[in-house]
Parts: sequence; C-alpha cells; structure tokens
Amino acid sequence: MITKKDVQYIAALARVDLPEDKLEGLTKNLTDIVGYVKQLQKLDLKDIKPTSHAVPLTDALRKDIVKPSLSNAQALSLAPQAKDGCFKVPLVIE
Amino acid sequence: MKLHSLTAHQIIDLYREKKTSPQEVFKDVLSRINALDSRVHAYARLYRDAPTSCCHKTAVGVVSTQGNYPIPIAIKDNMCTQGEEITCSSRILKGFYSPYDAHVVKKIKQSGGMILGFANMDEFAFGSSTENSCYGPTYNPWDLSRVPGGSSGGSAASVAADEAIWALGSDTGGSIRQPACFCGIVGLKPTYGRVSRYGLVAFASSLDQIGPLTKDVTDSALLMNIIAGYDERDSTSVNEPVPDYTKALVNDIHGIKVGVPQEAFGQGLDPQVRKAIEATMNQLKKLGANVKKISLPHTPYAVAAYYIVATAEASSNLARFDGVRYGWRQSPTDVRKNALIDMYEETRAKGFGDEAKRRIMLGTYVLSSGYYDAYYLRGQKVRTLIKQDLDNAFKDYDVILTPTAPTTAFKIGEKTFDPLSMYLSDIYTIPANLAGIPAISIPCGFSAQGMPIGMQLMAKAFDEEMLLRVAFTYEQNTEWHTKKPNL
Repeated sequence: MITKKDVQYIAALARVDLPEDKLEGLTKNLTDIVGYVKQLQKLDLKDIKPTSHAVPLTDALRKDIVKPSLSNAQALSLAPQAKDGCFKVPLVIE
Repeated sequence: MKLHSLTAHQIIDLYREKKTSPQEVFKDVLSRINALDSRVHAYARLYRDAPTSCCHKTAVGVVSTQGNYPIPIAIKDNMCTQGEEITCSSRILKGFYSPYDAHVVKKIKQSGGMILGFANMDEFAFGSSTENSCYGPTYNPWDLSRVPGGSSGGSAASVAADEAIWALGSDTGGSIRQPACFCGIVGLKPTYGRVSRYGLVAFASSLDQIGPLTKDVTDSALLMNIIAGYDERDSTSVNEPVPDYTKALVNDIHGIKVGVPQEAFGQGLDPQVRKAIEATMNQLKKLGANVKKISLPHTPYAVAAYYIVATAEASSNLARFDGVRYGWRQSPTDVRKNALIDMYEETRAKGFGDEAKRRIMLGTYVLSSGYYDAYYLRGQKVRTLIKQDLDNAFKDYDVILTPTAPTTAFKIGEKTFDPLSMYLSDIYTIPANLAGIPAISIPCGFSAQGMPIGMQLMAKAFDEEMLLRVAFTYEQNTEWHTKKPNL
C-alpha cells in the first residue's frame, strides 16, 4: 500500500513539485502499478543472479586522448541562463 | 505516378532507370505531408531550412542527396540532429537545438538520406499510444479516432500514411514493433548493441535500441544496412561484423523451426488477433516451416519486471533535466525550500507530463532505500529467468512467433486514465528488450473493423538475418503489406 505521504516523499526525492490536486490520482496510480509488480514476489529467486545487461560486455576502454568537443560558448548557448562563462543558477549560498 | 506511395527499394529502382530524381521524390512526399499531416499529425516538427511552408509547422529542409540512398525519412523526435530542435516531445526540452548528430543521423546523412522532419512520440518514449506528447496525439492513418501505438507512433503513422518513405524509431519495450503493428507496417528492433545509441536521448539504457519502420521487409533490410555497426562513442555498441542484410531476403523457409509460446494465448488476447496468428502458423507450415507450441514459463512476469527495471533506469537518466544546462527552466514564483531546489522542482513539475512523472516516481520508489531488494533486485533476477527461457528456446528453434500486441489499435483516450492497462499492451514485445534479442513485427491480417493485425518474430542475438528471411518469405506469399489506409 502506498500512502499519500510516501508519494510526497518520492516526489521530493525525484525533485518534482507535486500540487495537492495531483496527489490523490498519483497515489492511486502508483498503488495499482506497485500492486501489479508485486506478483514477482511469488517467484523463488533465491539462487538466481540478477541481470543488469542482456549482452555480456566488459569494460569498453579507449585511448586516453583529448579529442575535439563542444566549446564553452557552444555549451552555454543552450543554457537557460549563463554568466561569465558559467551556467547561472538561482542563489544557493547567502 | 504517386511517388510517395512507393517503397524505398522501388524508388531506388526508379533512380537507376533514371525515371525520377531525389528532388522529385522529396517534393512529392512533402506535398503529401502538406495535404495530410493536419489530420494525422505524424510530425512534431519539420526540418528547418527550406522553402515549403507546411500546414501546421514552419518549414522543411533538404539534406544532401549525394549517396546511395537519397530517400525521404522521418526521424523520431529523440535522435539528436545538428542545428535542429530535438525535444522528445517534452516541454522540458523546448529550445534544445542539438549541437551534434546522433550516430544514426550521421549515417542517414552520409547515405544521402533526406530528413523530412521529426516524428511525434510519447514524451521521452513513455507510452504505447503517442497520446503523451506535448504536441498532442498522433492519429492512426487507418482510423483517425484510434491511436497509432507508441512510443514511435509518429514514425509509424508517417510511413503508413505515405508521409515518409521510411522512418527511424526507438524501442525500449515495444516502441517500434507495437506502433508498426497498429499501423500495418514493418518494424524491426535490432539486437541490443547492433545500432549505436550515441545521440539517442536515453530512456532505459540497458533496453533502448534504434531500428527501422518501413513499408516492407526489403526496406527493413536496406535501412539496417545503413544504420547497423560498431561505434566507439556508445560503449554498449558491439563490435561484430555487419552482414549485408539484403542477402537474408530469401523466399524459402523449408525446415525452419518456429516455436509458438503457449503463454502468448492467455488472458487479454483479442479473439480476432488469436485467429490471425493461428492462420499465420498454418501459412508458415504450408511454406515448409516446422511450427510447434512451446513454453516460455516466465514471460507472463515480463511486464512487471520491465516496469521496475525500465522506470528505475529512466528515473536516473531523467535526473539530468533540471533547467540548468539546456532546455527549459521554470523560475520559481516564491521560495519554499531554497531557490535552487525550488527551481529544480518547478522546472520538472511543469516540464514533464503526467506519465513522465509517474515513471520517474515509480523508478525513484523501486530504487529507494528499503525497497531496492524487494523490487529492483527482484526485477533484475526475473530478467535473468526470462532471458534463460528464451536462450533455452533458441537451442531448439530458429524463431519464436507471437502476436505483436494483444489487440488492434485502441481508441484515443481509451486507456489514458488506466496506465496499467496501457502497459499491458506491450506484453509480447517486452521480453525481447529484457533479453536483448532482435524482433520484428510484420502485418498478418486485419480485424473486422479494418484495423491491421501484426505478428512478432524473435530470434537469438545478432540473428536479424533469420528474422528477415522468415518475414520476407511470409510477406512474399501474402498480400497484407500491399494494403493502404484510405486517407
């Protein structure tokens, strides 16, 4: 069972502002979906290894050589706000 | 001659015979878009710099027509294309003009491909209906009151409506195959690692794969020849030789072993789809294949495992959309926590749609302290079991046949308020993503309502050639792929 309080907690972890009028619907959705995925608890998985990737890949290493990349100006040109060659964000430290 | 109604290989034949030019083909497809897209809404945006105005979007551009395949193509709105706005059909990426080309886009340009525009999709590929787009839904060309499937619904609709000759989509749980099925075309999800994901906006990195949506199987092979291959910029790209996929287009399946899992005929399967699949099994037998019922006992758990694994990866991948480095920012109206966190929270609250928020939050939940073992780890273990089921089956069988989707295309709005029932429309397609194997959807019938029905074939990893061979043989001996919607 997922409570409204759980949903508010998850929203805070996920950095999503959750208006009061969305809380009830989302709580119901998440309760339904989590209820559905709970069917996995029927399975005996004691000796089963988890799969994080379908294709067995080892570390993909390349030579440590500097290659051309985006310039500072190009990268900043996409930013909502920029100043003095940096991304600008709201004041964090007084 | 209606050039837009042709396949890519038919157009290439005309080029060889000097009966048409890339410019003429491009112009013809463009006028088709102008005539139809206000009704179908397959495109989120058209390519920017070119003269022709379009009914609902601004302008259209032509890319170089030098190369072997100057074919007009639709690109899903999640593949970076230099200088173009790429948004994943999300408000949060409005204003993001990509500074580089995705690997597949580069390959398309090098082959002479002419990019028509960027196909509408479910926001960040979260959905099975293309209703979750900040641009509004795409409509199914066979019946405009129905969904085209998703998340590559715009790509599928553009090809089915002849608003593109072929298209690229991406598939995390069925997002190429299910819309191909709903729109009566061919959709191929390649083996994980076969096509570079460099420049594809990530949804679930261990499942995502780019692939072709085409009018027939031959075009699927041709487009695979263009996009498949190793790319060092995607560390999961696999360095295996790429065959000439057109060599697999052999009209012969004598002795091919086809397994049909009994689990595919369970609850939720539309009787009309079941009938079409049973007819397909008989047809394949007549063509010389050895068709047998098999069991994949863990596949009924695939949807549950997938919605843990995929949302966990998505919640992590989508953490980067925070209004700082690119895309859209919502400046907070008042201070609640602190100015920076308020900005993150409001940007994400207003930038993401409802389904994106649901998935981010579900993923956050299954990864959160106290639930990791109960959900995420369990999901990954079930993934192992599903992969083992399939590995075992491929010891005895060349391909596995299932329906692509349990129903034909549903009505717009029908599943909007029931996310779980929407998720279940991917029940047959998800196992291939979890196991990383290739799978194709091809048309195999129509419902009484005139909606296309699709069948799915799966093969072992890197055996796209087997899929193409069986699909090609079936296609050459049936007529379904020649049918067109009445628009």
